[in-house]
Amino acid sequence: MKIDLFITCLNDALFPRTGEATVRLLERLGHDVRFNERQTCCGQMHFNSGYQPEALGLVRHFVDTFRDADAVVAPSGSCVGMVRDLYPKAAEWAGDQALLDDVRALTPRVFELSEFLVQRQGLEDVGAYYPHRVTYHQTCHAMRVLRVGDAPLRLLRHVRGLNLVELPAVDQCCGFGGTFSVKNPETSTAMLADKVANVMSTKAEACTAGDNSCLMHIGGGLSRLQSGTRTVHLAEILASTEREVFA
Amino acid sequence: MRRNLRHATTTIRDKRLRAVEELPDWEGLRDEGAALKDHALANLSEALLDLEAAVTARGGHVHWAQDAQEARAIVAGIAASHGAREVIKVKSISTDEIELNAALEERGIHAIETDLAELIVQLAEDRPSHILVPAIHRNRAEIRDLFRRKLGADLLTDDPKVLAEAARVYLREKFLSTKVAVSGANFAVADTGTVCVVESEGNGRMCLTLPDVLISVMGIEKVLPTWADVAVFLRLLPRSSTAERMNPYTSFWSGVTPGDGPQEFHLVLLDNGRTDVLADEVGRQTLRCIRCSACLNVCPVYERAGGHAYGSVYPGPIGAILTPQLLQLEDKNANTLPWASTLCGACYDACPVKINIPEVLLYLRGKITGDKPVNAEAVAFKTAAWIMSEPFRFEGALKLARTGQGPFVKHGAIHALPGLLSGWTDTRDLPALPAQSFREWWRARPLPGGHAAGDDAQTSEGERLPPQRDDRGPA
Ligand code: SF4
Repeated sequence: MKIDLFITCLNDALFPRTGEATVRLLERLGHDVRFNERQTCCGQMHFNSGYQPEALGLVRHFVDTFRDADAVVAPSGSCVGMVRDLYPKAAEWAGDQALLDDVRALTPRVFELSEFLVQRQGLEDVGAYYPHRVTYHQTCHAMRVLRVGDAPLRLLRHVRGLNLVELPAVDQCCGFGGTFSVKNPETSTAMLADKVANVMSTKAEACTAGDNSCLMHIGGGLSRLQSGTRTVHLAEILASTEREVFA
Repeated sequence: MRRNLRHATTTIRDKRLRAVEELPDWEGLRDEGAALKDHALANLSEALLDLEAAVTARGGHVHWAQDAQEARAIVAGIAASHGAREVIKVKSISTDEIELNAALEERGIHAIETDLAELIVQLAEDRPSHILVPAIHRNRAEIRDLFRRKLGADLLTDDPKVLAEAARVYLREKFLSTKVAVSGANFAVADTGTVCVVESEGNGRMCLTLPDVLISVMGIEKVLPTWADVAVFLRLLPRSSTAERMNPYTSFWSGVTPGDGPQEFHLVLLDNGRTDVLADEVGRQTLRCIRCSACLNVCPVYERAGGHAYGSVYPGPIGAILTPQLLQLEDKNANTLPWASTLCGACYDACPVKINIPEVLLYLRGKITGDKPVNAEAVAFKTAAWIMSEPFRFEGALKLARTGQGPFVKHGAIHALPGLLSGWTDTRDLPALPAQSFREWWRARPLPGGHAAGDDAQTSEGERLPPQRDDRGPA
């Protein structure tokens, strides 16, 4: 089908490989993948920090950009959570009925990558090969806002060569929380310390998740400890094949 | 402190999950609880008037307190009119909210907390750190030392049984000798004028039955129209708070009964900002709260920071939304509370009355930020929004940042940043911006025709040629 990619601003700027992997994966699955270059940022950072009028501009921009899309797919539970859960609220709180109508028309067509594959396409085996010991971190927004459930795990279980090890306290927040990580660095770091200790206890070579914001946090902690464990986005694992290991 | 707290919250959290899983339709019960509360709140003034009429008809007295000061004056006045030098108290956050103990002390009336944990907090001249388990931050050895010092108890061990017994001996004496008791209330039933307290130690029941005079301070949002409503909450509350199927003691009282229990009963209905919360469409759901503390026990921030970090009688997620609203978004400390969250959503999942705490947090953040004068942060966010509103600006900014990050990058990562961002890099690395952004890669990626996508006129419109099906590597 025709898929419009939403490559979030963080992915675009800092983690382009995740976007590349998403393209490769979806094309391998036979989809017609497009990238509308008008897209920028979903506005989550603004909205979550209390800058709602500023966020509203970005909400409008997103809606205008993807208005005609059949399906918008993004490798980020957090940003899709913003679109699906908070766009309607942003419009409502601003008293903008026209925007609310537009948002309501668009949001049923916006998906996080793993939920799109498993819940929409009924796919679990995407033909991936990734011969590593991997642990999976359940990100808060994917788990509690989007309710992706075990969709990412189903995908991972079908990756050939992959040794999936369970992460202790998998449902615990990593402590990122956007600006929370710099506004409350001590609490954020205490949460991260537990997450990193749990990741290291699995002896995994890589920790994966569906969101680079959480992975950036966990990865930042792992890197500071020189733990040797990498972080890798779920899309990069799913894009890897026997012919070419992507990540 | 963190270890005491971690241990306690993890234990309650796991027990709660088990207690909740036992019920076939927990979700349905939550929905019912939320709907009943919403209904009660929508008809609040009517229910309160009914409550007042019913309490009065049964020989009780009803007082309306606009704010904390009025409530304090009412309670202190009643206690003083009976010549009380001491009052015994049932654990209650509403009396903490109005800082009752200090106000009584000023008038020479000493308030004695009878809940074991509250007693510990009081003897230690400390503040509660949890709604339900106020001394959650203290361990047994600390408590033994405290009892030795303050109660003169001869304690050799920190065995919980021995500690509880020492407290019991002290309290027994107080129950029997004190004339005035002060309580809060978990619920009140409008049509019968019945007030309810739910507790687990039985101390409350002693206070509610032994003294001559009982004064109950209750937030106006606690009223429910009928008995049938109470039944739902008696199922939701214990499971959510102490992970019990049923709490050990549930006391109901309606006015006064000659020859049985207190012969004088006063109900103080406390507003203290609640009608303003009620008037706010998004904030209103906060008043559904039944103070079960489930949200505290699942909150990763509360678990690490502790209750005192909130500087509020209501700590944790509920405190972060209730306190700023009760204080009408004016209090400097309370106004920082909505940011004390990663928005992980665990509180919303745990709340038995489905208060969407993350939603209210965001709503309050918006209101508070909107009222603030423009500062450096606001300028940064406004600038970022301006940049992000046009892709070419975003791309330009990225190119600038790529050049600017140069001095900070070592071995592909950033280990130290100045200013606000040092909060990140003190403990965490940051990846450096890669040489190529996604959109640059997209434009440059080879297409079947052998030319880069960027050469194709259509791409500026966001169009692509049909996909290739082969397994190309990244550019
Ligand atoms: S907000 Fe919900 S979970 Fe928290 S104390 Fe109130 S009722 Fe309980």
